[in-house]
Amino acid sequence: MDIFSAQGVSKHYSNHFALDNVSIQVEEGSIFGLLGPNGAGKTTLLRIINQIIAPDSGILSFEGHPLVPNDVSHIGYLPEERGLYKKMTVGEQALYLAQLKGLTHHEALKRLNFWFDKFEIKSWWNRKVEELSKGMQQKVQFMITIIHEPKLLIFDEPFSGFDPINANLLKEEILSQQKNGATIIFSTHNMASVEELCDHIALINHSKVVLSGKVHDIKKTFKTNTFTVSFNGNKDPLCTLLPDSFEILEENQDSDHRHAQIKLPPESTPNDLLGYMLPKYLIYAINEVIPSMNDIFIQAVTQPLSVTRN
Amino acid sequence: MRKILLIIQREYLTRVKQRSFIVMTILGPLLMAATIVIPIYLASRTNEVKTVAVLDETGIFNQKFKDSDDIKFHYLISDINTAKSNFIKSGDHALLYIPKTEVTLPTNALLYAENNVNINVKNYIKNVMGRQIEELKLEARLRDLQTDKKEPIVVEDILRSIKTTVDISTLKIGKNGIESKSYTEISMVLGMFAGILIYFFIFMFGSQVMRGVIEEKTSRIVEVIISSIKPFQLMMGKIIGVGLVGLTQFLLWVVLTFGIVTVVTSTITSKSTQKSTTEQMIGNQKAIQPVLSEDLSKQDDTSNQGVNGVLEALNSVNFPVMIGAFLFFFIFGYLMYAALFAAIGGAVDSEADTQQFMFPITIPLILAIIMSQFIIQDPGGAVSFWFSIIPLTSPVVMMIRIPFGVPYLEIVLSMVLLILGFLGTTWLAAKIYRTGILMYGKKVNYKELWKWIKYKN
Repeated sequence: MDIFSAQGVSKHYSNHFALDNVSIQVEEGSIFGLLGPNGAGKTTLLRIINQIIAPDSGILSFEGHPLVPNDVSHIGYLPEERGLYKKMTVGEQALYLAQLKGLTHHEALKRLNFWFDKFEIKSWWNRKVEELSKGMQQKVQFMITIIHEPKLLIFDEPFSGFDPINANLLKEEILSQQKNGATIIFSTHNMASVEELCDHIALINHSKVVLSGKVHDIKKTFKTNTFTVSFNGNKDPLCTLLPDSFEILEENQDSDHRHAQIKLPPESTPNDLLGYMLPKYLIYAINEVIPSMNDIFIQAVTQPLSVTRN
Repeated sequence: MRKILLIIQREYLTRVKQRSFIVMTILGPLLMAATIVIPIYLASRTNEVKTVAVLDETGIFNQKFKDSDDIKFHYLISDINTAKSNFIKSGDHALLYIPKTEVTLPTNALLYAENNVNINVKNYIKNVMGRQIEELKLEARLRDLQTDKKEPIVVEDILRSIKTTVDISTLKIGKNGIESKSYTEISMVLGMFAGILIYFFIFMFGSQVMRGVIEEKTSRIVEVIISSIKPFQLMMGKIIGVGLVGLTQFLLWVVLTFGIVTVVTSTITSKSTQKSTTEQMIGNQKAIQPVLSEDLSKQDDTSNQGVNGVLEALNSVNFPVMIGAFLFFFIFGYLMYAALFAAIGGAVDSEADTQQFMFPITIPLILAIIMSQFIIQDPGGAVSFWFSIIPLTSPVVMMIRIPFGVPYLEIVLSMVLLILGFLGTTWLAAKIYRTGILMYGKKVNYKELWKWIKYKN
């Protein structure tokens, strides 16, 4: 079941479309990646989900009903542009923001105590935010985002500004939130984290969704029937052996083996390739080249016309 | 609703806990108390005998002004021009001129002086004239009643009908004989004071709203907050919270000033007058104005006039209207401007960028203060009328006018327009604010603001 869906959402500013007929479906319990180059409209879409701005047209639904203002108490949002009141103490501030999310004073205090213990930051309670390092502030912000145990968590560029240790901590915390039943939408430029975390993605470019679906399926559609082969033996050049339709993309040699990356014609299989190679060479390994999200991203953004399959 | 209360609470508490708030709360009353106490103190010290020349064309007041310890009167029989030309040489403190009236009893008098007229002298004259005219009116009334016996005698009606306000205009007379109006009127001081107070509060707390918005924007917390609450609620919560801080400060000022004045005056004035002074002060502060009894029980106890002079002058002002109007113009003037300040805060990235947008907001306020000089001279004139009706200047200008007496219809009209102005600026500001707070690093100009206003939702 979809916890959130957007149908045909458009947002127009005086001279350009920020979003143009955008539709996404976010399956309950999944981690959904919202990708796209800078200025593509990701943040606009996230703000629309959070009802910070309203779309010009389109239908938004949350847990099967049209999105209503009260739904914000079930959504946690960590914006890209995030911060805290510098002059307020950490505890006071966390209490204030938790109550704004609809928790009672009592409940907010109870949960904050739990999280302050868990993150081992109890001693920060009475310190002013301006005394904290950026990483510490990020921790507090993260805690405030999840304090009301939202069903849908939205992170806009969550890893920016984190050092590797804290980024890892954050990643684990995101995964544990998912394990506890939360659905997560996050927007990022960090393709490695997309591959690691996301089940589904939507790629927005020039205010349109240009690519969406399961990460696994998308990778499949982007496969180009290319294989890397590690082999040895005969010194004969590979190109004389293979028919012209087999395209050698790369060839190199290390101390032990020769390696080649070969793009096969669409109708051929790796067996055909091996058929040509086995009589002449000793084959050590053959692997299908699966495009990385990074490649897919670049391809989808720089060659928008070629990406019509979905 | 609970959330907007949370916002108001935070805005309020973080501000009243600040050191600057506490310092202002203590310094303000000290300054204000000084402005009240020092004149009283000086008045209670002067022992110099002042002579006043009286030129009474009506003849009603002949020998009615009794000499006291510090005021002596002598009566002239000449025309006003000679009296004026002789005045400088005579060394008199003031020249009282009561022009002849044809039909009605004289309720206007002119008081010429080289310097400012001592307020005690003026009030004494006012009292004597008032009482004299009231006596004459009462006599006439009683004669009427005797001839027309059918009418039932209602004492209150009689008292009300004879109640008289004497208007004494003070004019400065220079060595070269040039006259100019001088301003010692207590109503004028009060009006200016109220107007300037509103001006300061609008600026002080309006810019606090603006700085608060800029702080939320630059610290990047605003987007976190508006994911839980609508931008409009955040803006109004902030405006109301800061406004309550202003009201708190004002209230503390009034209470503390009153406290300081009471304590200090009771120590400077002699023991015999101490009690009555305090009582009078309490009476005034509560703005209770006994309509009837007071005029008949006016004492010319001149030993006590230093303090009583000021206090009686204060009594001549319609305090319920004054205070009611002050609170209204104070609150709505603030609300109207605070919305604009919030919009500016939302539109810019730092306080340094606010200049170009502050300009059009400060113009009407500063204009109102500059115009106050003209408004005092002619509080009922067309200029005064329009400035006190137009919402952007009305909070200041109307407060300056009110002590001089403004028709209720004009006050109501001004209030209605101010409420409309408040709704208008808030509507406009909300549109700029909600777009502006999400814009970072963009140089904003008026064209851009206009675009934001046109955005739907």
